[in-house]
Amino acid sequence: MSTPVQTAATFSLDGEDVPFEPGETILQAARRAGRYIPHLCWHPDFHPQGSCRVCTVKVKGRAGSACTLQAAAGEVVESNTDELNAERKMLVQMLFVEGNHFCPSCEKSGNCLLQATAYEMNMEDVLFQEFYPRRPIDASHADVMIDFNRCILCELCVRASHDIDGKDVFAIAGHGIGTHLVVNSMSGLLVDTDMALTDRAASICPVGAILPKRRGFVIPIGVRRYDPHTAADVDTQEAS
Amino acid sequence: MVALGSSPAGLADMSSEPLAALLTRYGGSPHALVQILREAQLQHGWLPRPMLADLADGLGLTLAHVEGVATFYRFFHTRPVGEYRVLFSDNITDRMLGNVSLLDALCQRLGVERGKMRADGRVSVDFCSCTGLCDQGPSLLINHQQVVTRLDAARVGTLAGLIEARVPVSDWPAHWFRVNDHVRRADVLLGTSLHPGKAIAAALAGGIPALFDEMKRSNLRGRGGAGFVTGMKWQLCRDAKGSEHYMVCNADEGEPGTFKDRVLLSRHPDMVFEGMTIGALAIGARRGMLYLRGEYRYLLESLRDVLQRRRAAHLLGASILGQAGFDFDIEIHVGAGAYVCGEESSLIESLEGKRGTPRIRPPFPAERGYLGQPTAVDNVETLCAVTHIALQGGAGWAAIGTPKSTGTSVHSVSGDCDRPGIYEYPMGTSIDRILDDCGARDTQAVQVGGPSGKCLSALEFGRRIAFEDVPTAGAFMVFDRSRDMFEVARNYAGFFAEESCGFCTPCRVGTALVLKTMDKLAAGRGSRRDVDVLSDIDSLMHGTTHCGLGGAACNALHDTIVKFRPAYERRLTSLRFEPAFDLDAELADTRRITGQEGAAVPLESPS
Repeated sequence: MSTPVQTAATFSLDGEDVPFEPGETILQAARRAGRYIPHLCWHPDFHPQGSCRVCTVKVKGRAGSACTLQAAAGEVVESNTDELNAERKMLVQMLFVEGNHFCPSCEKSGNCLLQATAYEMNMEDVLFQEFYPRRPIDASHADVMIDFNRCILCELCVRASHDIDGKDVFAIAGHGIGTHLVVNSMSGLLVDTDMALTDRAASICPVGAILPKRRGFVIPIGVRRYDPHTAADVDTQEAS
Repeated sequence: MVALGSSPAGLADMSSEPLAALLTRYGGSPHALVQILREAQLQHGWLPRPMLADLADGLGLTLAHVEGVATFYRFFHTRPVGEYRVLFSDNITDRMLGNVSLLDALCQRLGVERGKMRADGRVSVDFCSCTGLCDQGPSLLINHQQVVTRLDAARVGTLAGLIEARVPVSDWPAHWFRVNDHVRRADVLLGTSLHPGKAIAAALAGGIPALFDEMKRSNLRGRGGAGFVTGMKWQLCRDAKGSEHYMVCNADEGEPGTFKDRVLLSRHPDMVFEGMTIGALAIGARRGMLYLRGEYRYLLESLRDVLQRRRAAHLLGASILGQAGFDFDIEIHVGAGAYVCGEESSLIESLEGKRGTPRIRPPFPAERGYLGQPTAVDNVETLCAVTHIALQGGAGWAAIGTPKSTGTSVHSVSGDCDRPGIYEYPMGTSIDRILDDCGARDTQAVQVGGPSGKCLSALEFGRRIAFEDVPTAGAFMVFDRSRDMFEVARNYAGFFAEESCGFCTPCRVGTALVLKTMDKLAAGRGSRRDVDVLSDIDSLMHGTTHCGLGGAACNALHDTIVKFRPAYERRLTSLRFEPAFDLDAELADTRRITGQEGAAVPLESPS
């Protein structure tokens, strides 16, 4: 577009104007304006990847992921609609049946973005038939464990290990429903990598797939991140 | 580079030398990873982990990355497979011709279980996605190198004997490998023989602006499915800034039921390469790549021969036809079994040696494609049309077809008809006409454009093939009234579950859930709720997937539910709810152990 950069450019999000800076995505601009668009694979510190599809919005009736769509002046964006929220709920339900997610026994419960987003979308059941995949846990590393049962393939650990830690400890393998996270070592085990507890990849996981060892329930249930606040509140507070 | 001698004992019988030579041949480029894996597997049968580690070292990649690529493509094996790898094409048209019982017969004769290697390592047998031989199926792929067509019980019996006797594939009966073109109706593309170089000469004589004018006049739209105006795409690509521009031919014809590109590449390769060369002239590319689907590997040698002949005739290489500065050459990349690579940005990822996952768009390949540079990706048939237009002018092309859909289109006709094969018609031709010509009788439905296209019932046979009515990417599968349209949709569901790239949630999980639900219905355990859930998944996938392939994955499901609902309803045991949980199946092990086999479950489903 050859129009000069307008400083006060805005787009409409569910009927309200949202200002944006040139180059910002719909999700970034919305969040900065204190507006919540649900997301799982997106994180402010990393390039968007657009795989979870939970941030799907409609622009002029066309669906797209808010984390990858550039904001454009005058655009009409729908996000918080019954239709889109119903779709988001189904996407979260799909992630729940794809892996093995047993919230009551998970150390991440209350701090988990998947769980919080499920509450946000009023998810009361999983709708679909569970897959119950068999996924062994990798507890080989001295300080970090991986419970692949909870992995939602957001690739934040892949990105963090590459972009920030410079270690490339993780990658994605397989295809279709067999797509899975792999560890970069001859044995395929975390112990044989140079992963460290202080790595960004060790703390980036939005669910309970990558966890520090020996740190169970340091924060009691009831006062965890999403216990007093909703996913929407936490997201917009963090942005401001 | 490859650490010589670093292979563990398990690889002692394999010299590291060929690997090092292989890497050198590809210039140690990580972008060649898919080609390198393919050739490494050819030498060693499969891809052991230590070999992946050596390749990773040699290419400056991580083992996890190489593992990710090797496990993405269906034709790569990271676990041992049989010395003979037999893959039966499993399109619905193969099913209708009895591929399942032929596979079972082969497995029985060889004493091997489908999907598992025989204990002595001799053979593995499995299904694969459509191999593009629906007009002469059932067919199979052998060692990812050759195809055997027109299978029947006798051929399968002999084949089992040859494998038992360890006869090399090169010594098998030559006529088994014959692939017929079956051109039943030719129009301007299939009916014209090209004198190689003539269309390039015409384009050079007119000059580049005139070439764009002719393209504009022709209003040619891409034949790969999306239907973007080719001249406009080229203009965007030409205008995009980059250190290099690339011309890519998409010959990854993976849509089940489509085999027109196979015939165009076999009969008219000059027309395809000439179209690429004209495209290169238009966009300013010096390098071209033809992405040949792995299933068409058997065409590789003949295509390379054509390229060589064209180089010798100064139709490729430096100063083409003596035109200073017009330098262009073409290389062939062979795929490794991944339908999604037909999507242009996945195809580019694959060309770059990566997992074939669609990119975030925009930017589109015309602006940022191969190695981040402007890249034009065009379908095989589109490029043949380009050659025709360069030679005959755009007005003639535009005079054929309809104003919005100009020219002809080539159809791959298969299924219930007397004369399956290739039919070229002007755009705007009715479904009825094609059905008449191919000798279809008592037709219940036609699947146009493959599983991701449209399923038409008899009420709609007056409709026309055109972008504005029934668009197509070439497949035309005919089903007569003896066919069960639920089973057609279930076959397609299996295809998409197998071929989903796994990147985005709705396609990765949705395609698997659709298949699971269809299997539940097929097993007679369905309820109306299951059909409703299928419809919900369909609309979810239409609205939320990362790429168009995922968005289209439920098209056949949607159409058959709407148009052939009785095929679903007669499978419902209850109109309310049936659990997926099968108590008898779950108790089977316990009963066997406790000697209570055959005991009835003392529970009834609530009704």
